[in-house]
Amino acid sequence: MSMHTLSISQMAKGLREGEFTSEALTRHYLARIEELDDEYNSYITVTPEIAIEQAKAADELIATGNAGVLTGIPIAHKDIFCTKGVRTSAGSKMLDNFISPYDATAVSKLAQSGMVMLGKTNMDEFAMGSTNESSFYGATTNPFNTDMIPGGSSGGSAAAVAALLAPVATATDTGGSIRQPASHCGLTGIKPTYGAVSRFGMIAFASSLDQGGVVARTAEDAALVLDAMMGHDPLDSTSNPTASPATTASLGDSLQGKTIGVPTQFLSDNLDADVKRVFDETRATLESLGAQFKETDLAAAEQAVATYYVIAPAEASANLSRYDGVKFGYRCKDPQDLQDLYLRSRSEGFGDEVKRRILVGTYALSAGYYDAYYRKAQQVRALLTQQILAAFEGVDMIMGPTAPTPAYELGDKVNDPVATYLEDMFTIPANLSGIPAISFAAGFTESGLPIGMQLMAPHYGEAALLNAAHQFQLATNFHVQAVEKVLEVQA
Amino acid sequence: MALDHETLQKVARLAQLGLSNDDADRLNSDLNNILSMIDSLQTIDTDGIQPMAHPLGFNQPLRDDVVTHQDNREQLLANAPATEDGHILVPKVID
Repeated sequence: MSMHTLSISQMAKGLREGEFTSEALTRHYLARIEELDDEYNSYITVTPEIAIEQAKAADELIATGNAGVLTGIPIAHKDIFCTKGVRTSAGSKMLDNFISPYDATAVSKLAQSGMVMLGKTNMDEFAMGSTNESSFYGATTNPFNTDMIPGGSSGGSAAAVAALLAPVATATDTGGSIRQPASHCGLTGIKPTYGAVSRFGMIAFASSLDQGGVVARTAEDAALVLDAMMGHDPLDSTSNPTASPATTASLGDSLQGKTIGVPTQFLSDNLDADVKRVFDETRATLESLGAQFKETDLAAAEQAVATYYVIAPAEASANLSRYDGVKFGYRCKDPQDLQDLYLRSRSEGFGDEVKRRILVGTYALSAGYYDAYYRKAQQVRALLTQQILAAFEGVDMIMGPTAPTPAYELGDKVNDPVATYLEDMFTIPANLSGIPAISFAAGFTESGLPIGMQLMAPHYGEAALLNAAHQFQLATNFHVQAVEKVLEVQA
Repeated sequence: MALDHETLQKVARLAQLGLSNDDADRLNSDLNNILSMIDSLQTIDTDGIQPMAHPLGFNQPLRDDVVTHQDNREQLLANAPATEDGHILVPKVID
């Protein structure tokens, strides 16, 4: 078995038993990135010096016998997480020259647990997009078929892990940006409860929705990394004072007697036929593992996209007002005066999708429209959250497809923002209500593109989600087939 | 609520974004499509519903007001587009 197909616990065992060193493992991944990433464009920045230095330190720690399960395991970070001394671009020309002066809390926690940073992954500009096509550094491709989108905005993280150019990667999710690329790339991706992972040093898009998480090849890998990322952080005022329980401890639980709700709204007649088939098959597998299914009502989900596309742009317009060309980031050439400096730096530094969202957000917050748009959206958000939490009465988890279709061709929806926005309809409810949600590989189209299913749980329910995906993976081998399919394409 | 050119330019000025006429033409139809999608919210009865700002309903926590010192001036200045003698330079503001 090659090193790049090992799970985290297999790698940890190999390191502990002296089968290979972290330096060898890290060099192996760096060589694969060098050899293969032209095809995917999944990394914006590769950090070989830091990686080798961290790997050597990990090897020393492993030699003392005091290593943890993550010591010496390579990881890629989405380029939205600040990394000290390394460019942190958020996929934007605006931050192309930005060298972060500090590490994001998530990054430093993973470094403290001994993980080795391979580099920074590609993403939609400021995480605004579901295709990875809005990146200033060019689109990322899907490792299952490089004519296809990998999904977004964490498309670089998903493509890197799916292409076996990183064992695991950090990602962020504001409206589905962890789960949808995980679905399109045959991975397990989890967005934890809002506030479970610190947002300190995670470049802000929409602060009341943004949440950090993981994309991995299996639920077990995701659980190991997520447990090291979560925890209260005094540097993030929205960080949860209540810690989510460690997820790895629950990975052996049975699904016997668990009830899974299925919102009728998630299975409409015009759902893609392959997605519907995979849903039915997943349901049958989970039933065979002891879970019971029942219909639930989530009528408010129909308003989720509209609500989100008021709140997220409004918060983005406020967050992105900090990019003014003065203290850091892009500055236009030869500004005539301060006004010209602000205006041209922002106009030249931001791409079209970011401008669209800033304009929608500014409009929704402007005098005369605030009540009709922003306040109204926050009220609908409250209604929707009440309805989602009510739907969990008598139900442990809610299941549906992650995305309404499998990955589509690059360029397909580039001129139709609303069509792209509607792709987020199944993922957005979890962000609006702050609940955790997971996507896991559950099947394939006839042409071999992956299809993911989503499970949602009440607040702090990460462990139940990861365990359900883990039990599914013990009973099926879609996560293994995903690796085999990518290796066939690469051969 | 449809957006006309004049309103779009006004919103762009509020957002400190400069839009050429070409940009404005291109963005105007996108924005109107987005606005007509979000207009569906107007049909929902939200009378008496408290607007929701935090997904878990938490209030902002308070912390002790303690003096801290971070020695990162050089690193922060290194990211500024133009500096002189430890200051960030901008075009002249007052004549």
